Amino acid sequence: MDEQLKTELRKQGIVATTLQELYNWGRKNSLWPLNFGLACCAIEMIAASMARYDMARFGAEVFRPSPRQADLMIVAGTVTKKMAPQVVRLYNQMAEPKYVISMGACAISGGPFKQGYNVLKGIDRYIPVDVYIPGCPPRPEALIDALMALQKLIDHQPLTGADRPRHLRADAPSEFIVPGFGAHDLEPSQNPEVWNAPLVNISLAGTDDAGKH
Amino acid sequence: MTNSPYFPVLVLLAAGVGFAIAPLALAWIWAWKFSPRKPGPSKNAIYECGLESAGDAWIQFHPGYYLYAIIFLVFDVEAVFLLPFAVAFTGLTFAAGMAMLVFLLLLVEGLVWAYQKQVLVWS
Repeated sequence: MDEQLKTELRKQGIVATTLQELYNWGRKNSLWPLNFGLACCAIEMIAASMARYDMARFGAEVFRPSPRQADLMIVAGTVTKKMAPQVVRLYNQMAEPKYVISMGACAISGGPFKQGYNVLKGIDRYIPVDVYIPGCPPRPEALIDALMALQKLIDHQPLTGADRPRHLRADAPSEFIVPGFGAHDLEPSQNPEVWNAPLVNISLAGTDDAGKH
Repeated sequence: MTNSPYFPVLVLLAAGVGFAIAPLALAWIWAWKFSPRKPGPSKNAIYECGLESAGDAWIQFHPGYYLYAIIFLVFDVEAVFLLPFAVAFTGLTFAAGMAMLVFLLLLVEGLVWAYQKQVLVWS
């Protein structure tokens, strides 16, 4: 059924839908975030869930204290190297399908602490991130915007076919490497399946696999 | 069968059981059709708060804890039994009164013992 016919039917008060649309509609409106904050961004996350900004409007007010019941991990704050294994393990313990919002400059890249010896330069080195929100910290509106972007992403995920999302593919991993504490850094310092160092030497463009996901 | 007065109850029971089982069955069929199972060591771990569990849950409590247990028993159990005893006091027989007295003495003995052990001394 093409879109035109669908909108035409909707004008007449007849709603035509597919199983996939119904499934995604239910999923995107019941994202339960993990009750998990790392630094100051978590305060903005709390504000977003309270009455003034009211994330409940998007079905995402039920912050679950257990990863078993959560769909969405909001990495809210600076990820220190001491904390990184716990963040990755919590992500691993979440049930599929699971999504990650990288909230704030620190969770994206290390932010103002990027030069710090103890700060992880972005959580996307270990787990796949779906939405990034810049800001230091991002305002609650930005978090709600990220949530809506994620809802749009979920809405377009196909149930079958080659481009179906990770959680529907049997070969795609559900658990990622939990880094350990090495002598000088986390080991491994990044998960090559998820993240590779960005290309620096432009003359190598296209001839190596750096920067590819 | 439809004339039986219990027939509506049977229908309601079937509807109630169906209401409970249908969503679970639907979710199970959906998962079997579309979502592959993805277990893993972290996901199957018993402790779920990011940290790996260390040590054993079968630890021993310090023996000193028995003092608190005894004092709790003396005061708490006493209060539970004393209130109905006081309410029904005028209607009790002599034997019942004596039985209650023995019970009280047993508890008071525990209190005396604790007093002698200087458990009640605030230091």
